[in-house]
Amino acid sequence: MNPTVPSSKTSPQAQPVGQAVGARGIVKAFGVGDARTLALKGADFEAREGELHLIVGPSGCGKTTLLSVLAGTLASDQGEVHLFGTRLTGLSTSEVTRFRCRNIGFIFQQFNLIPTLSLVENVSVPLLLNGAGRREAEAKAAERLQQVGLGGRERQLPTQLSGGQQQRVAIARALVHEPRLVICDEPTSALDSVTGHQIMDLLSGAAQAPGRCVLIVTHDPRVYGYADRISEMEDGRVTGVHAGESLSSFIHSENRS
Amino acid sequence: MFLLALKMLLGDRAKYWMLVGGLAFSSLLMTQQYSVFQGLLSWTTSHMRNMRASIWIVEARVDQVNETKAMRDTDVNRVRSVEGVDFAVPLFQGVLKARAQDGSDKMIQMIGLHSGTLYGRPPRMIAGDITQLRLPNAVIIDTVAAEVNRLGAGMGRPLRIGDAFEINDREARVVGICETERHFFGYPYVFSSYDQALQYAPRQRKMLSMILAEPKPGLNEADVAQRIMKETGLRAFTVPQLEKSTLKWVWANTGIPISFLTTIILGFVVGVAVCGQTFYSFVLENLRNLGALKAMGASNMLLAGMLLLQSMTVGLIGFGIGIGMTALFGLTIAKSGQPPFLMDAAFVFEALAAVLLICALAALFGIRRVAKLEPAIVFRG
Repeated sequence: MNPTVPSSKTSPQAQPVGQAVGARGIVKAFGVGDARTLALKGADFEAREGELHLIVGPSGCGKTTLLSVLAGTLASDQGEVHLFGTRLTGLSTSEVTRFRCRNIGFIFQQFNLIPTLSLVENVSVPLLLNGAGRREAEAKAAERLQQVGLGGRERQLPTQLSGGQQQRVAIARALVHEPRLVICDEPTSALDSVTGHQIMDLLSGAAQAPGRCVLIVTHDPRVYGYADRISEMEDGRVTGVHAGESLSSFIHSENRS
Repeated sequence: MFLLALKMLLGDRAKYWMLVGGLAFSSLLMTQQYSVFQGLLSWTTSHMRNMRASIWIVEARVDQVNETKAMRDTDVNRVRSVEGVDFAVPLFQGVLKARAQDGSDKMIQMIGLHSGTLYGRPPRMIAGDITQLRLPNAVIIDTVAAEVNRLGAGMGRPLRIGDAFEINDREARVVGICETERHFFGYPYVFSSYDQALQYAPRQRKMLSMILAEPKPGLNEADVAQRIMKETGLRAFTVPQLEKSTLKWVWANTGIPISFLTTIILGFVVGVAVCGQTFYSFVLENLRNLGALKAMGASNMLLAGMLLLQSMTVGLIGFGIGIGMTALFGLTIAKSGQPPFLMDAAFVFEALAAVLLICALAALFGIRRVAKLEPAIVFRG
């Protein structure tokens, strides 16, 4: 095992070429006084364009908190986050919101599809948020649904679909506005093995798009094989990054255990 | 996004109908009760529209049109002597008992008009000639009095011209039928000449109820009324003054306004409670979806706009249904005149504003919750 730990000394101005996500010294605490818990204790993280990057680790190690900070949905107490050369930590809340709107697609563990909207309406949301007209948004959304194998079911409601199909809709929604970063929180944990692989195939394909990075938080070892790189977390820090040979041996050891 | 916001709301049928139902009920309660209240208030001043006169002169302690304190007969001449008074006539008004054909007693509002001028005559005759009131024992009754369950009792049909009944053991023969606005006490109107009315009414030392006067052409009614008060010590009102004084008396001396006001306020409170609670629970149930939208880049402003649109939409629909039900009530149940009903256009807009305020308050609770919502909530299983 030869983990590549990102350097915490890298200057914000000197972004490595091809770096999609960079985080340095992220600290995040929840609660106050005696109830204060440090979820992230100076976490460093890096993901590159064109890769499918997994963040793994035991429950409570801070994976989801790190993902939230990287996505700009949660402000860190200390540290810096860069997404595609933009220093997220220096932006105002509304600027971060706009940045997220344009550049990030989200896939949630519980899918978070709006149950009263049809599939095509759910998928068109990111386009509408980016100012697209309704017809244009729905046309693109229908196209995306076709690509994830749900063509012809545009007017159905999410409740009429299985879990795997709902996650496909969520993938279509996450990709419809061509974001550079796709953030996935446990995308396969609510799915059976076969469906989980189908979903990972779609995400793996999405990561092939030029300049895109797909970031997945998971503790489902079945999907490790899809990763270009895996960041391992423990106790609020990234303790190792596995790529190449190191990645193979990490997957091997995880699958054995 | 706003269209999707509406679909989100309409898709949750249970909440949607609860919101619409709550607001419709609230609107109905506010507008129906206010309309009945307005109707009742209009009844309190119906005398002034049933006996049109420019200046109403009453005893010095009288505050409202339905109250009488008898004056001396000589007061008419005192009023006539005031400069600016064109003419002044006596008026008798009192609640008397009339006996129908079947022997049953019915309460009536007796009005005795000056036979020379017939000043204060009812505004619209349906049948007969007003001047026949000068004939002995002649009366003109309103359509309510003519009804088969009023003075027509025992006839098997409404009273017609030529029919007779008794007032205080004296014959009263119908020479005309007129239309009036219903009186506050609900008694039907019976008009006769002033002298005839004094015959019908039980004898008292003073019998003059009111004096009706007309100012000379070109003179201001209020100025003449002021002069009458100054020179005679009686109270003189123009129509708007008497209307105002009567309404003021009703507000100060009866529990009617406070009980209606309480119901109207309750309607508003019920609206706030039902709408606020239901809408807030709608927001709470959709919190993860709203969090997901926020994570995807929906600004607080956009989400606030969506929530406002949702609440205002149910508000308008609920109000539409509520006001429709009130109008239906007015057209059907209140057609009979019981209860009184007067729908005031200005209040319809005020009630709409109240309903939209309810909706804005309900949305405000949700907006506060959503504004504080961390979009990271969607990452927590």
